[in-house]
Amino acid sequence: MSEPLRGVIVSHAAVAQALKSAVAAITGVEDALVSVSNEGCDSGALTARLTAAIAGQPAVLFVDLPGGSCLTSSIRLAKGNSDVALVTGVNLAMLLDFVFHRDLPPLEAARRAAEAGSRAIRTPAA
Amino acid sequence: MSIVLYRIDDRLIHGQVVVGWGQPLRIGFIVLVDDAVRASEWEQDLHRMGVPPQIEVVFASAAEAAERLPEWEADPRPGIVLTGTIDALAALSSNSHRVKRINVGGIHHQPGRSERLRYVYLSDAEAAKLRALAAQGVEITAQDVPTARAVPLEEFA
Repeated sequence: MSEPLRGVIVSHAAVAQALKSAVAAITGVEDALVSVSNEGCDSGALTARLTAAIAGQPAVLFVDLPGGSCLTSSIRLAKGNSDVALVTGVNLAMLLDFVFHRDLPPLEAARRAAEAGSRAIRTPAA
Repeated sequence: MSIVLYRIDDRLIHGQVVVGWGQPLRIGFIVLVDDAVRASEWEQDLHRMGVPPQIEVVFASAAEAAERLPEWEADPRPGIVLTGTIDALAALSSNSHRVKRINVGGIHHQPGRSERLRYVYLSDAEAAKLRALAAQGVEITAQDVPTARAVPLEEFA
């Protein structure tokens, strides 16, 4: 793959921007992620924002919830497009893993990120 | 009456509907009245993804909704009837004469519309349609989530 994957975080309100900032603060990687909020959008407007964020590049969409407007717009956009893969339940751990594995094909990168995110969900003893 | 909310929201089934309203109202079913979604199994699967399994989702065309509304109103479970457009809910209201209150939950920006509230954009024609519905005795308010103030129609249309 000639071009590293782009990660697009898709969320309600300002969650996406906050996660993007946190990844940059922790890793110093500034250019791997783009944030998209559904604030003020119907499905058409959100699709337009997503299309602009992907910018025709191979991408993984990191969606906040496993349902709702962020997911439905993302799935519509990814349908039939092997250059775009999706992960739901975005968290900081999966994004931190993703930014260092952007040379993978989209689906493989999405699966890897999902596993990294899942491993971060624990209930440690206090 | 089993329908606890008639809502216009161009995002259709999404978090505010399922969680924001669905949790406090303890809804058992959502009726999505949308001809395009009714005609597409793929779109229906997409909309089901955001709904927990204990909540039934019914997809209906405008014509089906007018016919089945009495059945849904007789359902012992609280339910939400949802449309994506003013026209769809106005048609349901006119055809059934059963809609007493309408919640405007989200109508977003498109060319020809102007901002009335943060989450409500209307053209003059759409505002007139809402006023016409109100003139028929339907109480119309805008309220995106239950904890927000219910804004009376005269404040936004």
